[in-house]
Amino acid sequence: MDRRDFLKHLGWVISSGGILGGLSADAWAKMLNKTYDTTKHYYGMGIDIDKCIGCGRCMQACKTENAVPAVPYYFRTWVERYVIKTDRTVSVNTLNSDEPGDVLVEKDVLRSFFVPKLCNQCDHPPCVQVCPVGATFKTDDGVILVDSKRCIGCRYCIQACPYGARYLNPETRVADKCTFCYHRLVKGLLPVCVEVCPKQARVFGDMKSIASPLGRFTRMNKIHVLKPSLNTDPKVYYANLDGEVN
Amino acid sequence: MEAAQNFMELSKQVVGFIYPNEIDIQWSILIVVYPYITGLVAGAFILASLVKVFNVKELQPTYRLAMLTALAFMLIAPLPLQLHLGRPERSYEMFMTPNLTSAMAMFGFVYLWYLMLVLLLEIYFEYRRDMIVWSSESTGPKKWALKLLSLFSTDISEKAVAFDKKTVKIITIIGIPSAFLLHGYVGFIFGSIKANPWWSSVMMPVVFLFSAIVSGIAMVMLLYMIIIPLRDGKIDMKCLDRVASFLFYAVIVDFSIEVLDFIHRLYESEESIKILSQLVETKLFMSLVVLQILLGMLLPLGIMVVIKVFRLQEEVRKLLYFVCGLLIQLGIFSTRWNVVIGGQLFSKSFRGLTTYKMELMGIEGFLVALALLIIPFVILSILIKLLPPWKKGELAGS
Amino acid sequence: MKDFFKKLPEQAVRVAVVFLVFVAVVFVIRQFIIPPEMKEPALQQASSMEREVAKEIQYAGAQICEQCHEKEPQIKKIGYHRNLSCESCHGAAQKHVENPTEVKPTSPKKRDYCAYCHKYNSSRPTGFPQINPDTHNPRKPCITCHNPHNPKPPTTPRSCAACHAQIERAKAASYHALIACSVCHTAPEKHKTSPRTVIPTKPDKREFCGKCHDKGSPRKGAPTVDMAAHGEKYVCWQCHYPHTLGGI
Repeated sequence: MDRRDFLKHLGWVISSGGILGGLSADAWAKMLNKTYDTTKHYYGMGIDIDKCIGCGRCMQACKTENAVPAVPYYFRTWVERYVIKTDRTVSVNTLNSDEPGDVLVEKDVLRSFFVPKLCNQCDHPPCVQVCPVGATFKTDDGVILVDSKRCIGCRYCIQACPYGARYLNPETRVADKCTFCYHRLVKGLLPVCVEVCPKQARVFGDMKSIASPLGRFTRMNKIHVLKPSLNTDPKVYYANLDGEVN
Repeated sequence: MEAAQNFMELSKQVVGFIYPNEIDIQWSILIVVYPYITGLVAGAFILASLVKVFNVKELQPTYRLAMLTALAFMLIAPLPLQLHLGRPERSYEMFMTPNLTSAMAMFGFVYLWYLMLVLLLEIYFEYRRDMIVWSSESTGPKKWALKLLSLFSTDISEKAVAFDKKTVKIITIIGIPSAFLLHGYVGFIFGSIKANPWWSSVMMPVVFLFSAIVSGIAMVMLLYMIIIPLRDGKIDMKCLDRVASFLFYAVIVDFSIEVLDFIHRLYESEESIKILSQLVETKLFMSLVVLQILLGMLLPLGIMVVIKVFRLQEEVRKLLYFVCGLLIQLGIFSTRWNVVIGGQLFSKSFRGLTTYKMELMGIEGFLVALALLIIPFVILSILIKLLPPWKKGELAGS
Repeated sequence: MKDFFKKLPEQAVRVAVVFLVFVAVVFVIRQFIIPPEMKEPALQQASSMEREVAKEIQYAGAQICEQCHEKEPQIKKIGYHRNLSCESCHGAAQKHVENPTEVKPTSPKKRDYCAYCHKYNSSRPTGFPQINPDTHNPRKPCITCHNPHNPKPPTTPRSCAACHAQIERAKAASYHALIACSVCHTAPEKHKTSPRTVIPTKPDKREFCGKCHDKGSPRKGAPTVDMAAHGEKYVCWQCHYPHTLGGI
């Protein structure tokens, strides 16, 4: 390639880059200003432990909606079952996981319940703090997203998450996690786990709106979050959470 | 399918409860190899700096060897990281858009800084005069390689050489905190993860650094003891004894820091102590209690105390130093294993332990890790051929 | 300045030149050759959000179903399944919304689907209706007797165990196994149909338990204790859970 061709080539690279850059910003501005303003929303979820019946519909719906890999153990949301016995031993397992038959002897059980878990969409997210390339970030409406085109798959964020909410997607080889079904939120729909829950154990709300389902939830219940001592400021609020849950 | 079967096998080995996404270890043996390698780099450089900055004259025979060792390992250091990334083709992003709150983002910059401004520069100024002389004595590709490496410089006057010596000293002075940064930031990568109580500790960068110094000094000592006889030279016992002394001091400091961490954990007995105790007693027993502590630290310490207390013969000392060097390499590698793999073997729910199935083949497998550990020695042998650490007269002995 | 450079040894100059060339090349590449979307986080985040938002939707949301299907939501509104989303049972239906005639959602008609919620599991909250699929009309599809949109049981449950199975099972292994629930709890018939508004009674005095367990009680076989001296000021069930073996 002689000098002229090289310069032409270079010129094309620079100008197309400039146009592309301009396009994305433009398209985004169009989308934002006309239909959805990220600064006008701030999302959170409430989970009432006393209502969860451990049916697993949320786990199944999430996998369908978000194309979570079918390989058995990756979940964006999952339900844990706690059995606390009278001798104060605690046994925990994940719903629908392949465990040997759990023969429960009712007379030994002190407390027993289900705990749905998912990404807590923290306000001080340790995962965002440690990402070396800034591929995971917090949106203005409070959702933590992963840019699957920029993630380099170093797994530092997975190590940094105290809640085990992140995993490496084996197909795309980048980090993945619950996004509160962000692609549904901007269209005014609910996350699917909230949508299909038969008992309304999961409640979803926009904390910036005047009235939201989180209103009664946070007023009438004593609210707890997971691992508060780590100061991650989770936005998934649990009502009636037992102290054994961590 | 194969992946599902793999998971079924893994899940059978799970003890207690782990979060479902924790079934897979995220950071494999490659991430054990990386801090081991950068540790050797930092440690070898610190040994070299003892000569130039602290004027420990007895160590002079090891100076150039230490610098070449540091360079050989430094060149390989990014490889384990690249190979373990899910998307290695995007690793340039760390230079484009580094996230300033991430310790890992500084890797590219610290690495470049240390490689270029410390190692390469120092080796250049140290070897410049000799390279010019050697290039005039050789022919063919070697002549041109040396000319290129010396940047086609020609001045070998006393004034120029004196300038070189002064520059080496200055670079070494800058290099010492740079070496601390090079390996210390790796410790910080682990130490700053509050989600993981095995890693999260103020002492983590310090522990990493001192175990790096231990491994680097031991590695240079081993290489010195292997290469000199191979070149029909005589080992300078004053030098070797001095290296072993510094190794001894470094091991004592490293051991003290690790014992302090251990005592502190047991005494404070925080929430994670139950699962961590279970981890150490079951999954990590061999690699931590036996390999890291007994064989990797206490035994070498004991041997070196014996050497210091009883004036043993030269041949016995050489043998014991060699054994110590090997044990220490084993011990420090186990240390890295216990930190990296150990920290991922217990669940963040503090209720269970999982397992690590290291593959044999595969990009993150045992064979790749072994290759990454062997290649630096190959590079070192090339470097030694091109830039001999000892002049012809030096090897005749003291 | 010139003097300084003259004094500097030639090797230092060579090194400096190499270094400056390197810096210059990096600078030029970074500033002029790399396109903005590769180096500006704000642009990258914006494009990432765009891609996220463009992802396909599988679940349509219950409100859309009502726009075409009028009958079922009306039936559902008054029954126990009123808070269930259509897609909880019928699965992801967005494709059906986009192409109603050719793509139909699933319709679980076999026994296995209802069991996800209603099969007995002792960790479910008390009062949630559960059955043992092996003994409750085995092999018959649930929808034979229960309309899934208004799953009122064909007959009012006779025993408390229909909804309080976990307590019933615990009690069956306890000393109180042969004592009917109604001995201690008065449950109005309406509780069976309006369980949350009409609540059964619970004993509120120590003397209630004392009827059988106090020293001098006519009840043979029941362990007795001098209630005046036993248990301080607490009610009996503070310490003795009545559905198990008398311990906590």
